[in-house]
Amino acid sequence: MRQTRATELSTGLFVLLGFAALFFLTTQITNRGLSFGPSGYALTAKFENIGGLRVGAPVSMSGVKIGQVEEIGFDNVEYKAQVKLRIESQYNQIPNDSDASIFTAGLLGGQYIGIGAGGSETYFKEGDQIEITQSALVLESLISKFLFSFGGDNEKVDDGTKADAPAEDTAK
Amino acid sequence: MIGVAQDLWLSLRRALETLGSMGLFLGRMLAYIPSALLRFDLVVAQIFNAGALSLVIIMLCGLFIGMVLGLLGVDLLQRVGSEDALGAGAALSLVKELGPVTTSLLFAGRAGTALASEIGLMRATDQLSAMQMMAVDPVKRVCVPRFLGGVISMPLLAVIFSAIGIFGTQLIGVQVMSVDAGAFWSQMRAAVELQDVMEGVVKSFAFGIACSLIAVYEGFNAIPTAEGVGRATTRTVVISSVATLILDYILTAVML
Repeated sequence: MRQTRATELSTGLFVLLGFAALFFLTTQITNRGLSFGPSGYALTAKFENIGGLRVGAPVSMSGVKIGQVEEIGFDNVEYKAQVKLRIESQYNQIPNDSDASIFTAGLLGGQYIGIGAGGSETYFKEGDQIEITQSALVLESLISKFLFSFGGDNEKVDDGTKADAPAEDTAK
Repeated sequence: MIGVAQDLWLSLRRALETLGSMGLFLGRMLAYIPSALLRFDLVVAQIFNAGALSLVIIMLCGLFIGMVLGLLGVDLLQRVGSEDALGAGAALSLVKELGPVTTSLLFAGRAGTALASEIGLMRATDQLSAMQMMAVDPVKRVCVPRFLGGVISMPLLAVIFSAIGIFGTQLIGVQVMSVDAGAFWSQMRAAVELQDVMEGVVKSFAFGIACSLIAVYEGFNAIPTAEGVGRATTRTVVISSVATLILDYILTAVML
């Protein structure tokens, strides 16, 4: 009888430890945390291009996390990405002309939404839309822009050297 | 030439036969699960045997695997100047791959062999026949509780392994190699999704079914001699390990 009781006790401890580990894994190392139902208030923002933004990405203001991306959808009329942000309820004094931009955290980091404060006296409330948005910097388009401008310069330079070169030749 | 082909065919047929009878055995055990749940004290005793007794080795191995990940991870990531990503890398690899697979391999060695040799010895000493004489089905009384105990223990052991592993990585990465603690945890949280944790649990659950089935089947069908029991124990470890790695590939490909 003593034997079985010790067995049961240690089995119970083992199972408890297992569930504690599962609890640790699901709450501490994922970005879920413990949340019961939605808290805070929701804002929407439309972006031309959201790049690699994902659900759960942080929303920050001056580098401090004030909420997270709750939902990403597509606006079929304006052909824009529609992002729903969930802002924590204690940050309830964000001017309603604030702007939202998509930034990348570090070289290997994920993308997040940064909110820059505006100057309005009225504040965002549940369901409002952030009007001023700036898309994610897509590296490919940035590079192609750079190459195009570089290419344009090159042609001019080429023309110059072509014009100069014969002259040099004749001079020699 | 014909001899070789014949041998090959024979061994292929034997493998298929083993697989088939293992499947039938699993079906037979599954049919007994409701009645096994009524005698839950037997299952609890087997959770103790398979799970609680494996705890120390699982925790020790998890700690050291995590510490190795910390050392190697910092060394590798320092070359590209992003050792902050250590937490994310270590947590993902532990939760999704190393935790379930290493636990399964250790389980096959620690608990699988114990199961196979115990049931095999019961077979060799005619205990199973004695049960049958008393109209007690040995599959129901001996195999099913051991199988269930293994299936329940494996996911628990795997999550404990992963959690301790992350602790080990943190120990080496943050405390010894001075990776920033905040970056370690926040990058981990940003990279690991709940789905990743669930993927590891699903994997270890599948490994639990495979390893327990193989151990119980091999023990139950052991040749009733000292040599036969020894061979059944060896086969348990070998087949369980191979089955774990093959299943791991399939599950990873499916859930990717």
